[in-house]
Amino acid sequence: MFKPWLPFEWIVAIRFLREGRLQTLFIVSGVALGVAVIVFMSALMAGLQTNLIHRVLSAQAHIQLLPPQEVSRPLRQGGDAAGGEVEGPTVQPPLQRLKSIDQWQTVATQIRAMPDVLVVSPVAGGSALVVRGAASRAVTVAGIEPDAYLRIVDIGDKIVRGSAQVAAADILVGTELASDLGVDLGDKLRVATADGTASTLTILGIFDLGNKPANQRITYMALHTAQSLLGLPGGATSLEVSVADVYAAEVIAQRITTATGVEADSWIRTNAQFFTAVSAQTTANTAIRFFVGLSVAFGIASVLAVAVVQKSREIGILRAMGISRAQILRLFLLQGALLGLGGSVVGSAAGALGLFLWQRAAKNADGTALFPLVLDPALFTVALLLATATGLLSAVAPARRAARLDPVVAIRG
Amino acid sequence: MQLRRVRKIYHAGTPIATEVLHGIDLVVQRGEFCAVVGPSGSGKSTLLNIVGLLDRPTSGTLAVCGRETTRLDDGALTRLRGHSIGFVFQHHNLITAFTAVENVMMPMLGAAGFPNDAMRVRAAVLIDAVGLKRWQDNPAGNLSGGQQQRVALARALAMDPPLLLADEPTGNLDTRSADEVFALLRRFNRDHGTTVLFVTHNAVLADRCDRTIEVVDGQIAAS
Repeated sequence: MFKPWLPFEWIVAIRFLREGRLQTLFIVSGVALGVAVIVFMSALMAGLQTNLIHRVLSAQAHIQLLPPQEVSRPLRQGGDAAGGEVEGPTVQPPLQRLKSIDQWQTVATQIRAMPDVLVVSPVAGGSALVVRGAASRAVTVAGIEPDAYLRIVDIGDKIVRGSAQVAAADILVGTELASDLGVDLGDKLRVATADGTASTLTILGIFDLGNKPANQRITYMALHTAQSLLGLPGGATSLEVSVADVYAAEVIAQRITTATGVEADSWIRTNAQFFTAVSAQTTANTAIRFFVGLSVAFGIASVLAVAVVQKSREIGILRAMGISRAQILRLFLLQGALLGLGGSVVGSAAGALGLFLWQRAAKNADGTALFPLVLDPALFTVALLLATATGLLSAVAPARRAARLDPVVAIRG
Repeated sequence: MQLRRVRKIYHAGTPIATEVLHGIDLVVQRGEFCAVVGPSGSGKSTLLNIVGLLDRPTSGTLAVCGRETTRLDDGALTRLRGHSIGFVFQHHNLITAFTAVENVMMPMLGAAGFPNDAMRVRAAVLIDAVGLKRWQDNPAGNLSGGQQQRVALARALAMDPPLLLADEPTGNLDTRSADEVFALLRRFNRDHGTTVLFVTHNAVLADRCDRTIEVVDGQIAAS
């Protein structure tokens, strides 16, 4: 018997769907399959992209500010017969001297005040030689302020032994460099630059960046130590910036350049190919989702078109007993929406189950998950709403046809 | 119910026009029990569809329950039909997705929007009146032809309409079932003063009506 809180259209729509049991089952399964594919793919792609971007950005800042490059200046000689200038016949590219960003503290303060900027950290970087007994290696020195810098590139997370909180006489080295030089925590290393300046530093920590050349070449020390070693008293060769929205990095970088006049490179520009690949993947994913959605819509529309033909006599009888065209229209629209909703509920559950099984099956060699999958409730809500709306829209044409049926013709059959 | 010079021309998608009703004049008084007879194709069903507001006349005027209908829009016609006219067709009258009693509730539910106890009670009374209390919760498709027509009759009376139109309701039934349905029609006509227009090919049943309207070639031959 009818539930008192269900309106007429709902009662008839649900009964019609229940009566065409097999037909309803098939189309709900079709919608469910489509929704499951969309949910599964979207979660997988989102997880994969988040993971890839996390990996790329765990070793670099979102935005890097660098001092301007030295430009070529042709030598000019004045005073020939015509009174013009003469350019030298060859123009050599200038040497790129190690130099500090002009007024970097003012620039840093200015950037910190900008919205969306999380952390700004100065770095004094250059080349040096580490020497231990007879062995020596060329390395890149990065002078950092650990408190700020570790919030941009989390070296602490990559430390294998020791600590990352470098003080004035400390140095952090990679695992490869440590083994090349045969050193460990607490050992002393002599770090020398080309102009003869040298310091003896103690190994505070050994890190593994997951990349052998990087583990061989990169060393970290305190900002002041690097400044004096590289002959840059009080200077910073770059400013590293992290922002809230990694995808907005390029826009923020341009804003920084406009505001400060210092060249700012975002990770999007320095990893252009990677970013293009991520964008292409997103586009492909969107296209697949669109076409799956389209086929779901056509499926619902065709089932309802058949239902209108099957039910035309019933529609005629309903019209004869005083049911209006608007009520007929609504009851078929409702069937479309219910098919979409039912399919998306089943599909979301199937998609979530698929993700769960996939996460259990796809593992790294060490047994950890390949990458973390996040089951975002928003994804399911959007899938539910979109599938219901798709069902409703697909039902428009069949429902209008049902509403327009001439009752005399419909009853005659 | 009054028809004046009602004509109906069908085009049926071709340029050739077929005139089915040729200027019908007919008056039926409240409470009359009329048989509509005539050979197949004479225009009986078309007449009934026009009187039942399912179809519009090409020309002429029609008043139902004292209301002129020619200028009413589709929504107004639908409302008038729902409240004033009950239909019983020859076959496939019921909606098979519902039980017998739910079919009877349908017109009341459509008009009210939501189910309520009053319509449940009225549907049960009507089902009882047509002698199908035992079968009221059976799916409509599981009932016999005679039972289905009786449910259809109960449904046609659900809104207590002043006019009941029956298009060969006994055409597919055996004599006993046909007699039962006819007796029910007569009873409702007598007890409720419902005007009945009853299309039939059965001369015996037609003779038992108060008045016989004979339609031949789209015209009233005898009334």
